[in-house]
Amino acid sequence: MQKNLLGKTAFIIAILVIFVYGIFGIPQKWNGEGLKEALLQRIHLGLDLKGGTHLILQVQVNDAVNADSDIAIERLKDLLSKNKISYGDIYKPDPASHPEQIVIKGVPPDAIGSLRNNVLDTAAYQQQYDVSSGPDNSYVLSLKPARADEIRQQAVTQAIETIRQRIDALGVSEPLIEEHGLGNYQILIQLPGVDPDRAIGIISSTAMLEVRGAVDQRVYGSEREALDAHQGMLPPNAVLMHGSSIGSRDTGPKDEVYVLNRSSVVTGRDIRDAEPTTKGDTGAPIVSFSLYSDGGNRFGDFTRAHVGDYLAIVLDNRVVEFATIKQEIDDQGIIEGGFTQQSAKDLSIKLKSGALPAGIKILEESSVGPSLGIDSIRQGVTAAIVGMVVVMLFMLFYYRFAGINADLALILNLVILLGFLGFSGATLTLPGIAGVILTIGMGVDSNVLIFERIREELRNGKSPGAAVDQGFGKAWITIIDTHVTTIVSAFILIIFGTGPVRGFAITLICGLLANLFTAVFVSRVIFDAVLQRKQRTQELSI
Amino acid sequence: MEFFKNTNIDFLGKKWYFLAFSLVFSVAGLLSIFFWHGVPRGVEFEGGTLVDVKFASTPNFDALRSELDRAGLHKPKLQPLGAATNNEVLIALEQKETSEASLDQGKNQIIKALSSSAPEGKQDLNNSNVQAIQDALVQRDPLHVGVNVGGRYQVEAQKIVDYRDKVKGGVLGSFDELKKATSPEVVSALQNDFYLSNFGVRSVQIVGPQVGAQLRKQAILAILYSLAGMLVYLWFRFEMIYGVAAVVAVFHDTLITIGAFSLTNQEISLTVIAAILTLVGYSMNDTIVVFDRIRENVKLLRRESLAEIVNKSINQTLSRTILTSGLTFLTVLSLYLFGGEVLKGFSFALVIGILIGTYSSIAIAAPMLVAYQEWRSSRSDRRPAPVAIDSARKEKVRVKA
Repeated sequence: MQKNLLGKTAFIIAILVIFVYGIFGIPQKWNGEGLKEALLQRIHLGLDLKGGTHLILQVQVNDAVNADSDIAIERLKDLLSKNKISYGDIYKPDPASHPEQIVIKGVPPDAIGSLRNNVLDTAAYQQQYDVSSGPDNSYVLSLKPARADEIRQQAVTQAIETIRQRIDALGVSEPLIEEHGLGNYQILIQLPGVDPDRAIGIISSTAMLEVRGAVDQRVYGSEREALDAHQGMLPPNAVLMHGSSIGSRDTGPKDEVYVLNRSSVVTGRDIRDAEPTTKGDTGAPIVSFSLYSDGGNRFGDFTRAHVGDYLAIVLDNRVVEFATIKQEIDDQGIIEGGFTQQSAKDLSIKLKSGALPAGIKILEESSVGPSLGIDSIRQGVTAAIVGMVVVMLFMLFYYRFAGINADLALILNLVILLGFLGFSGATLTLPGIAGVILTIGMGVDSNVLIFERIREELRNGKSPGAAVDQGFGKAWITIIDTHVTTIVSAFILIIFGTGPVRGFAITLICGLLANLFTAVFVSRVIFDAVLQRKQRTQELSI
Repeated sequence: MEFFKNTNIDFLGKKWYFLAFSLVFSVAGLLSIFFWHGVPRGVEFEGGTLVDVKFASTPNFDALRSELDRAGLHKPKLQPLGAATNNEVLIALEQKETSEASLDQGKNQIIKALSSSAPEGKQDLNNSNVQAIQDALVQRDPLHVGVNVGGRYQVEAQKIVDYRDKVKGGVLGSFDELKKATSPEVVSALQNDFYLSNFGVRSVQIVGPQVGAQLRKQAILAILYSLAGMLVYLWFRFEMIYGVAAVVAVFHDTLITIGAFSLTNQEISLTVIAAILTLVGYSMNDTIVVFDRIRENVKLLRRESLAEIVNKSINQTLSRTILTSGLTFLTVLSLYLFGGEVLKGFSFALVIGILIGTYSSIAIAAPMLVAYQEWRSSRSDRRPAPVAIDSARKEKVRVKA
């Protein structure tokens, strides 16, 4: 018995040491400051305590499906003309809500056999599409749902990757970027200590860069004007685009219309690197970019053939640059755009990371400033200390010696809880601090259950040793029951909650699990140690 | 010392009082939910914009309102936060002020309205981050450092921001105050690029309509799932009727807690839902302690009627029930009093819920067991001692287990 008790005590002390290490690690300095620093290094504070931005983004995955079906249409057109099948039109009837549907219309009846044999019934199309025939010899190709889902999911994965690159380039420490499990195709982002407006600007812009040749060199004030200049009909390969180039931007933002080629010479995919620099003569911030060899060759061919013509740099479907081609350009280019140092840096980050595969919409934004976080920590800690002191004093007062026992168990309970947070890297949020406070209240519940049982047994005339034995034995089942129910509801919070709420549930669960150990095992060892020193008949102070 | 020694209160005899008490509170809550305040929902569920602003001096609400009105925000809700000396105001905009295209439009309008008297070309030091201050200082180089300019001024900028946020609560009243944090040269250099507004933004929360709807659904699901989880667990540990009784009691607690929010017109936020879920678990705790004792006594005291057993069990556990609820209540009360504005709703839910949860285990859950037994024996004309059946069945379960 004696040896057993010693072993148990050693075990408890070992646990205590391990978890104290979990809280503080090995502090650099052994004073208050040093301990505080060590504590903050081990225990990760949530955004609501240290300040930061939390975002939920919706990836507009249909963009990606649309991009896929756009390519599919081009491929179909090629394939049909290769097989000499004439057609009226190939188009998407409802790109907004059914981006996966393509309609082929106006195929003459005698070509239908060829259409089916050479195109629609081939393995390549049968694997990807559900084909059905519509009225007037039209055919509807509908991307198989599994494939469409795959494209959507890919868009989310790619978007996360792109956003991560952009955020890493911003130099944010410990960002969290993950798929938001509760939504459909949503992304959850947590950034400690960042200016939210800048972060949002960088994250959410698609940053789709294109370089296009200009169909005509003039700049128009409106679409009407541009159309009129072409007798109401644009050339087949031309497209109207809005924007404002550097020259006109000096006089404030204007909306101008340009007539550009429908297809682009190079796109964001061709960009190898982008850097913010300054322009030699004026010192104005600009962004320089370089291209991979493939894109560089295309760019070189194009610029050689079009010296003296205009080209436009288009960013997210707006013209940002409209300039003459002075000479052949191979794999280098610059964008001047009336940038500030910061916006030049931001654009180069976006270009380097590549375009987002789909548009992004912000669904939720919340940011906490550092001053509020500091207040929250102070208030939370005050509430925890007051609550704890009140509970501990009450236990001492009400159970006398056994109160010390409960208070020791309670302190160890807290040490294990905080140490676990330190070891696991779980985040402590403001509701998490509330969880710690609740753990104090609920943790002492186990002690009260046991002590009341012991008192009852003593009242029934049992000896102290037997009473302690019975008290622990009978209360044990109840304690398990009560812990399970609270853990079940906390577990549901982990599933449904995010951020602060999840932090609450995690601390509550850790606290209660630690409580099983402290209130039952540790408290028992203390009782046993005390009983051992006493005479059998001596009263137990409870 | 002991508060409750050998109590022998006839709880079941008072069941009609209990029923009346519960009915009054539930019905009052329900009336308020349906006909008065509804269920006031926080911005997470409703969508909209919340901006927490701290002012350097006591804000004038009328002036504030007219400034916001001029900026085109016609129905902002202004609510002082904490004590009046705190100078903190929560500005809330409804969903429709937040346009679908740019979620943060409302926030930007608020900040623009508040800084309407900003001098041309200067940034607001109260709402600038370390990076912006560092950049400005690097340009000016007031300390003539020469080498590692960026690093040197990052330290200065951090000192300034720390002083503002940690010592002054986020708002500086004048540039002179800064001399406590950094050198006078730096302060005077700052004055070239910065001005001091009379406010600092402490937190912003913007929720689009989509998220709101999604969260509403999830919150309700979460509560229902946890009730179902409890039912299953109790069914597994005890018997179906115990589970039903406990879940009814917990549902009653949830209803009254939400009713209290409606009656006092306080908003239910996400953290309040977390508190309610915790209460579901906590209130279940209390109920289980009583049920455990009932089960134990059913085996020990086969002669007595279930009503007597239940009464005895409640009395035996009364000391524990009151003590632990009292202690948890004290910690939660400390949270309510000292935990700050952010957790007000959360701790309010816990304060109410713990009181009601304790009451319901004694006054709702246990009497329901007896009521069920009486109803069952009144249906079958045979008069077996219901308890005996119960304990016999329990024994069978034991053997199986």
